[in-house]
Amino acid sequence: MAALTYHAPNSIDDAIKILADASLPPKVLSGGTDLIIQMQRPKAPEALVVDVKKIPGMRDAEWSEDGLTLGPAMSCAEFTKRQDIKSIFPGLVEAAYLIGSTQVQGRASLGGNLCNASPAADTIPALIANRAICVIQGPSGTRVVPVEAFVTGVGKNCLEQGELLAALTLARPEPGTADAYLRFIPRTEMDIAVAGAAVSLTLDSRGVCRNARIAIGAVAPTAILVPVAEDILVGETISDEVLAGVAQAASDAASPISDRRGTVEFRRHVVGVLTKRATLIAAERAGAQL
Amino acid sequence: MKTHVSTVVNGDAVEFLCSPSDTLLHALRNEIGLTGTKEGCGSGDCGACSVMLDGALVCSCLVLGVEAQGSQVETIEGIAHQDKLHVIQEKFLEHAALQCGICTPGLIVSTKALLEENPAPTEEEARYYLAGNLCRCTGYDKIIKAVMDAADVMRQGA
Repeated sequence: MAALTYHAPNSIDDAIKILADASLPPKVLSGGTDLIIQMQRPKAPEALVVDVKKIPGMRDAEWSEDGLTLGPAMSCAEFTKRQDIKSIFPGLVEAAYLIGSTQVQGRASLGGNLCNASPAADTIPALIANRAICVIQGPSGTRVVPVEAFVTGVGKNCLEQGELLAALTLARPEPGTADAYLRFIPRTEMDIAVAGAAVSLTLDSRGVCRNARIAIGAVAPTAILVPVAEDILVGETISDEVLAGVAQAASDAASPISDRRGTVEFRRHVVGVLTKRATLIAAERAGAQL
Repeated sequence: MKTHVSTVVNGDAVEFLCSPSDTLLHALRNEIGLTGTKEGCGSGDCGACSVMLDGALVCSCLVLGVEAQGSQVETIEGIAHQDKLHVIQEKFLEHAALQCGICTPGLIVSTKALLEENPAPTEEEARYYLAGNLCRCTGYDKIIKAVMDAADVMRQGA
């Protein structure tokens, strides 16, 4: 492994100072399931590692009247056990539950999944569908960025030197809202998404869609929103025709690559199917009579 | 420069020195001398190095040794009660659920975590939970039989 200098600060302020003053490339350590592998690569440069797990709140998830504040370093294992979160954001919890093995979930975190910025990250589309907000702290204060603007490219995020993802916030959804996440993998577990789709819907008492948010993953350099599909849903009840339009819009929005896990054509097709099915699941959870 | 780490392994206070780039797996095997935990892939894919870290099942190859400061670590060496094997270990022997044995410590640690979390898993639940423990001798059938049998015995004993 690359030579490391290790710090485990006890406060956000200390973490920011260490990150801002770093003379070596600074790396924030959460669960380490991506970072430690990257640092083990041949010729990985010497790095300054800032372990944020000892900072109070970094591994907690707490509700307020407004919604959920999630510590970005909370492990997926802890996150997926939280029935209070699952009952409100079942799709987000499902996305976290799909990451790696039981062992990987014991360490991997939603904040790490987001900062690592893999195009195939499972929780990023689900965070986008749920309108998560990134609370970023740095030497010049706090700023907030919507999660869909946080990832700027493959493996890239908008954090500047000295900045840290301090929290993720999710507003408490309106009544009649539910989410769902689906991905396609060729195996049954322990695999990386070939395509993924996250949907959050708000239905009124008559089953008419009042709000829709759809994000797709692994079919572009970053997870992307599909506003065309959202527009098709809003004002409509769920029907075969609406679902076909949603699927087509997701396929049209995709700009995937071909690799050993799937071709452009396959990914484009399957992301439409996943979006349609995730829409159905979210609608059922939101109370639609289908 | 080496860092001094104080931790608890299998209930015993342990102190060791390690470089910040050493993994917990390396520290367990080379600094503490607990060689029951095996290195398979070294990249978090195979589960041979599974240990419990503060109650969470993890791959010790994906944990830095310095992260264990102030933590509770449980390894395969802490599963048996002195000379008496744990039911899971007995069942692995009874069902011949091992061939080369490299995956076995990790599988036993993971099975214990599974059965503490879910004392009555279906075979499918057990297979999913243990999907991160690879057996390259491919003796999965016997492993799952041992796990399900151990679950039955542990439930009766509870």
